[in-house]
Amino acid sequence: MSNQYETVFILTPVLSEVQMKEAVKKFRKVLTDNGAEIIHEEDWGLRKLAYPIRKMSNGFYNLIEFTGESKIIDTLEIAYRRDERVIRFLTTRMEKYAVEWAVKKRSGKKPVIADDEPVNVINEKEE
Amino acid sequence: MATNQSEIRYLTPPTIEVQKKKFCRFLKSGIKYVDYKDPEFLKRFLNEQGKILPRRITGTSVKYQRKVSVAIKKARHLAMLPYVTDLMK
Repeated sequence: MSNQYETVFILTPVLSEVQMKEAVKKFRKVLTDNGAEIIHEEDWGLRKLAYPIRKMSNGFYNLIEFTGESKIIDTLEIAYRRDERVIRFLTTRMEKYAVEWAVKKRSGKKPVIADDEPVNVINEKEE
Repeated sequence: MATNQSEIRYLTPPTIEVQKKKFCRFLKSGIKYVDYKDPEFLKRFLNEQGKILPRRITGTSVKYQRKVSVAIKKARHLAMLPYVTDLMK
């Protein structure tokens, strides 16, 4: 039974543009070889990390959305672990609402509810 | 009878903080999925130290509080949100 997955992975910042593209192409190939069908791909480029990972403070973020069998995930994650350029990855299965959200996000800007003020109202006591 | 209510004279009238009716923003705005890739939105559920705010402060319902906490933990794993920080985000 094929599910829809989305995987986000971070590449080391020391890579050049070409190497980064090549790494992403490699993981696309791993997916398509195993019968996954890639729906959407995003490249968030170089972003600052919230905390240093392996002494690095920023990294290239990439997202791939695909559908496929569940055994693809094992091979994909093995490929991630083997490749030393990838410093972190997260693969999640997309349930019904996640799929809806992704489609809506791609079609038009999801209206972020801005009607409320920051939630931690003033009377938040420091416990 | 009504007089003795006003007998108590406070020096400064006690300001009873009118409790803003807390609402669950997910039910109100009909959002069904908490996206872990959107740190700006998740930051509203964190305090200055980066800790997840309790439901009694944010007023979200149980179902969505769990989704938010799972999303925050995923975002922390992907280094989009800090595990602990001291500066005001």
